[in-house]
Formats: sequence, C-alpha cells, structure tokens
Amino acid sequence: MTAASPDLLLSARGVTKRFGGLLAVSNVDFDIPRGSIVSLIGPNGAGKTTFFNMITGLYTPSDGSITFDGKTLQGRNGGGKFVLSKPHEVVRAGIGRTFQNIRLFGNMTALENVLVGLHHTLKGHWWEAVYRPKSLLREEERALARARELLGLMRLGKRENDYARNLPYGDQRRLEIARALATDCKLLLLDEPTAGMNPNETLELTAFVRGLRDRLNVTILLIEHDMKVVMGISERVTVLDHGEKIAEGTPQEVRANPQVIEAYLGRGAAGHG
Amino acid sequence: MTAQNMPSGGRLRMAGFRERLADPKSQVPILVVLIVIAVLYAAFYNDLRQGVLRPIFEALPFPSTNVLIVMCYYGILALGLNIVVGFAGLLDLGYVAFYVFGAYTTAFLASPLHDLHVPWWIVVWVAVGIAALAGVLLGAPTLRLRGDYLAIVTLGFGQILPVLARNLDNINVDIGPIHLVDFNLTGGNIGVNPMDPPILPIAGPWGDELIFSNSNPVAAFYLVLVLLLLSFAICVRLRDSRLGRAWMAIREDETAAASMGINTVSTKLLAFGLGASFSGFTGAFFGAYSTAIFPESFNFAVSISILIMIVLGGMGSLRGVVLGAFVIRYLSDALLPYLGSFVDEPIRGLGNALPDIPILTQRLQEFHLTSYNFLLYGLILILMMLYRPEGLLPVATRKAELHGLGISEEVSLGTSDEVAEAATDEAAELQEIDLDEGLEPTTGEPKQPGAGP
Repeated sequence: MTAASPDLLLSARGVTKRFGGLLAVSNVDFDIPRGSIVSLIGPNGAGKTTFFNMITGLYTPSDGSITFDGKTLQGRNGGGKFVLSKPHEVVRAGIGRTFQNIRLFGNMTALENVLVGLHHTLKGHWWEAVYRPKSLLREEERALARARELLGLMRLGKRENDYARNLPYGDQRRLEIARALATDCKLLLLDEPTAGMNPNETLELTAFVRGLRDRLNVTILLIEHDMKVVMGISERVTVLDHGEKIAEGTPQEVRANPQVIEAYLGRGAAGHG
Repeated sequence: MTAQNMPSGGRLRMAGFRERLADPKSQVPILVVLIVIAVLYAAFYNDLRQGVLRPIFEALPFPSTNVLIVMCYYGILALGLNIVVGFAGLLDLGYVAFYVFGAYTTAFLASPLHDLHVPWWIVVWVAVGIAALAGVLLGAPTLRLRGDYLAIVTLGFGQILPVLARNLDNINVDIGPIHLVDFNLTGGNIGVNPMDPPILPIAGPWGDELIFSNSNPVAAFYLVLVLLLLSFAICVRLRDSRLGRAWMAIREDETAAASMGINTVSTKLLAFGLGASFSGFTGAFFGAYSTAIFPESFNFAVSISILIMIVLGGMGSLRGVVLGAFVIRYLSDALLPYLGSFVDEPIRGLGNALPDIPILTQRLQEFHLTSYNFLLYGLILILMMLYRPEGLLPVATRKAELHGLGISEEVSLGTSDEVAEAATDEAAELQEIDLDEGLEPTTGEPKQPGAGP
C-alpha cells in the first residue's frame, strides 16, 4: 500500500465488486486529484453506480481499497487493518453525494433538507434539545444561517419553506446539491445530475457545476452515461465498460479512443471516429 | 421576500414559551385556557355534580375525574409511541412491552411484593430509565428490519412481556451462587396489589398528607396532568431539534439519511429509547394511582388502541395524538357507558323475550355496550380512512400528501399571490442563463466549506 500523494484527494486501488457470480466492478484503479472535476462514464450497466456506492459505503468492495484524504475508507489501511466505513462515516470523512433518482426528504421543507445535511456538523445532544442551553440555540442559529446561505447559493432562497416534493424538477436537483454541500464535503459526488433534463437544462447544470468548483473549492466527481455532458467540464474522464476500466485521460483523449467509441456506439462505428 | 420573515419555519421554531404566547397565530393561549378549564373542572367536579348542576350532569355524558386521568395517561402513552411511529416512522405494534417495564419497575420498588417502599418521586425516574433501557434493548435486534418485518417482531415483544409478567411468580434457579426457590418476582396472575401511591407530606383539608391515588382523584389528576404537559413539552423540543430532523429524515428515506451523515443505528435506538421512556412515566403513574397492577392490564389491545389514537389524531402531530388519546378514552370510558345506560336494559330485555337462539340470545341477555369498544374503534378507523385519513389535527405535510395538494397557503409561504410572484421571479431568473451570476449568493459571500474542521 503506497501512501497517497498529497494532491490526490481520493484514490481507489484494485476495487472489485462481485454480486454472486456477476463481476460488477473488476479491479479498477481510480484517482481524483484535489480541486479537479473528474468524470466516470460508461454505457448503462457498466458498473458506475456500483463503484460510486462503494465509495459512499452503501456497498462494501469485494476486494481492493479506497483511500480518501489520507484516510482509508474501505479495505486494508497502511497498518494492515481492515476498514469498512458505513455511509455516515464516509460523509463525516468529507464526501457528499446526490442520487441518480432524486432522494430528497419529500415531506420536509427545502430548508429542513439542508439542515439534515448539516446534521453531522452540529454538536448539540438530544438532552440539550430538551433544556435548550444558550450554546445550542446559538448553534441552531448558525445552522439556520448556513442553510439559508446554501439555499441562496442554489437560488432556492424563495423556496425554503416549500416541501421538497412540491419543488419543480430542476429545483429538486439543485436542492440535492445544496443538501450534499451542507455536509461540508471536500468531494462532491454527483450521480447522473442531468438525468431527465432537456439539453438546455443540461447545459445550464454543467456550467453551474463548474462554477461550484471554482467558487467553493470542492472537488467534483460526476457520473454520467451521456458522454456529451462531461466532455465540456471534466479535466479527466474515466470510462468503465462491463465493470472494467477501458480508458482514462483528458476528454479529447477519451473521445478519440477507439475502445470507448466501440463501447458506446458498437464495433462498426469505431472505424469512423 | 416574505418567506424568510414568516414564523412558518415549522419545526425550526426555537421560540420560547413567552414568544409563542405573544404570537397572534400561536395556539398556546388556547392550550392555557384548556388547562385552566380542566383544572377547575376537576376541582369542582364533585360539587357541581351534587350541586345545582346536578340535572345537567346526570343528563349528559360529562367525564368524571377518573376518566380525565385515564385520558391523560393514555395521552402520555400516545406521545411516546408517536416518537417511534410518527417521527421515526418505525411501526411498533408492541409498545405495551415498555409500559410493562414501567409499571413493574414501580411494583418492584414500591410495594409489599419485595418489601421495598421507595418514594414514588424517585421510583418514577427509575421507571423512566428502565423503560428507556428496555426500548433500546428491544429495539436493537430490530434495527435491520423495515416495515412489516419490524411490526411483526415488535408485536412479538408486546406479547412476550405480559406473558413473562404472568409466569415469573415461582422461579426456581440453582446456578452457582444463585439459589431461588419459588421466588415470586412479578406476582403472577394475581398481579401486585397493593402498591404505594405517591404521597407528599403536606397537611391540608385532605388530611395529614396528600395522596395521589384513586382515593383522591383530583390530586392524581393534577399529577398526571403535570406529567402529560411535561411529556408534551419534551416532545415539542425533541421534534424541533437536530435529533427530530434526523428522525424525520429516516422516516422519509433511510438510505438518503445515512448518506447525509446520520448514524441511523443510534438515531433509531434513540427513538426506541426515548419513545419507551414515556411509557415509564405512565407505567409508574398507572400502578401507583390504581395501587394495583395485573398482567391483563397490558394485553395486545393496549398497543393497538394507542396506535389507533395516533392514527385518529394524526401521525407525527403532537396535539393530534393527545387529542386522539382523549377522544378514544372519552368514547370508551364516558360516552359508551352513558349510551349503555339507555340501550343496555332494552337489549337485555330483547334477549330475554326472544326464543332461544344459540349464542345470540346469551349475548343479548348479557349485553354491555362498553364491551363493544373495539367495534367502535374499528368503525372510527374505517370512517377516518374514508373521510380524514390524515387524522383530526394533522401536520400540514400529511394533510397535503393525502389530499394530493400542491403548494398551498397553509402548507407554506404567504398568500398564493406571493407564491405565484415568487415562482415567476424564479422562472425569469432561470431564463437568463448567466450561470456564474446565478451563483451569486443572495446573502453575502458564502463561507468556504473547506474552512470547516
């Protein structure tokens, strides 16, 4: 196990996931440099979401290890100890996420959704909630201010008292991002953020994501099956197909890679570029 | 921007009691008036009943002080179960198990059964602690279960505990240093009788000391009312807290909640533990007030009737579940006996007059309307599901959800005009796709998330 170099925020080594006899992800190495926008693409069923779920702790890898910010999240750490991080531990380490099919807390307001994202950054105990010391009230005030700030950032300021399920689709997508940012994450994982959007909205969101990185200093990992989406904003693209990494590099390199073209368009198309 | 100035932050309100009292929209004044009425009613119930108002009291089903007491302690039980079912969304069909722990803890510590006579004022807190511990212990094995499976396991616990109470009356153990011969832990079928009532050494018109038991229902009512208000206040504050939000997040989507940094294991255990602790209050009060407990007092029907109270009042709504408890107990303890006083005799007469039909005739001859209270609960549930599935005093979300409403005034911000206006503004903003400008926060420069710990 080599120590992760300081400019790598996340590094995965030999990550494998088997579901019974099915090899969903096979021996994938994957690095995310700090401050970058990185994409993981591949056709439907390539193992992207499985990989993603291993990073976030929803699945445990069958093999391999994932190191984040110098700390081993999954697999053997430097001392040879086996580590399995649960989802909430992964969040506490600094990884926030959104879901492919939006999973907001529908019957809570937009503001409350963001406050749930802030949950682990708050320290108040439940017995303090009963007698409400000044420190708890101050903490809640701060949390409220921070949540409103994030909603403002996502242009949802006027929606704070709307129930999440009443929001328009685009607002729900942005609220999910606001909620993920509330976890104070260093790495933001966006799982097909443009799913179900028209080309115009897609364009809007991708530009928005780039703005997020520039302004908030978060590193971003995008998962997409639509190649066009990621080409414009990613610095590095990794392509998965049938659970294996088939290409990696800048968008231009990946675009020109015959294996990628084949995976997406079939064997016949590869010759034409 | 009306939204941010409105106090409609719902569960986010951290306003104190005085601010709520001053708020014109607040319902606290109504609550205060209701409490004052209840206190006066209980104080003068006997005088009124025997005095000038006697005809009215005899003609109408006014609840007696004892009925008020039952209403109140079921209110506490409903508040406790509401934490588990209404807040955290964990369907618990065995809530009576924790009630057993509360009541028997009181019986162990304050009765001749084990010859312990700890003052009730200490016992009640022990009972709360034991019930909470039981909640955590019984909750732990169910953590991996969701939905129906959780309901089945909790149902099992609810059945096991009363059976244990019934059968742990002659324990014979001979393991190492432990020698028990016919050890009577729980009093078995005959229960524990008598039990010490709560006593305060205050002399007054009531005698040398103030006893809070069924021999002095007015004092007992005041005590249970205090416990109910205390439970209510604790529930309000828990709901408005970080933990309350975490419970609701788990209820909405457990996976998403975990992915937002909520430790679902500890949060669910806290729901079980805190929910159960309220049944510690009730168990301790019930045992000491009635000065006796029996295993039959804790059957499955109790769990179900508390659940019915929650559904009737509105799941997750604190005022709702207390109202639900009041309505159900009032119906079965005051209204049914009242109606029974009119219909019982004629129906029994009918049974005597009819030719002998197996079962039916006997049923009619022994007719008691009060023993048909579960029929009434069933009827109430069916009517509720048909006409008001969200409950009597629902939280706004469930109301909207079950009636398929979109954004409505009572649900969220301001008037519908303002909503429409806000929506148009939003749409206009979205039209100009200048995204970097869109990132400008509305309130000051955003804090850098990296600057955190």
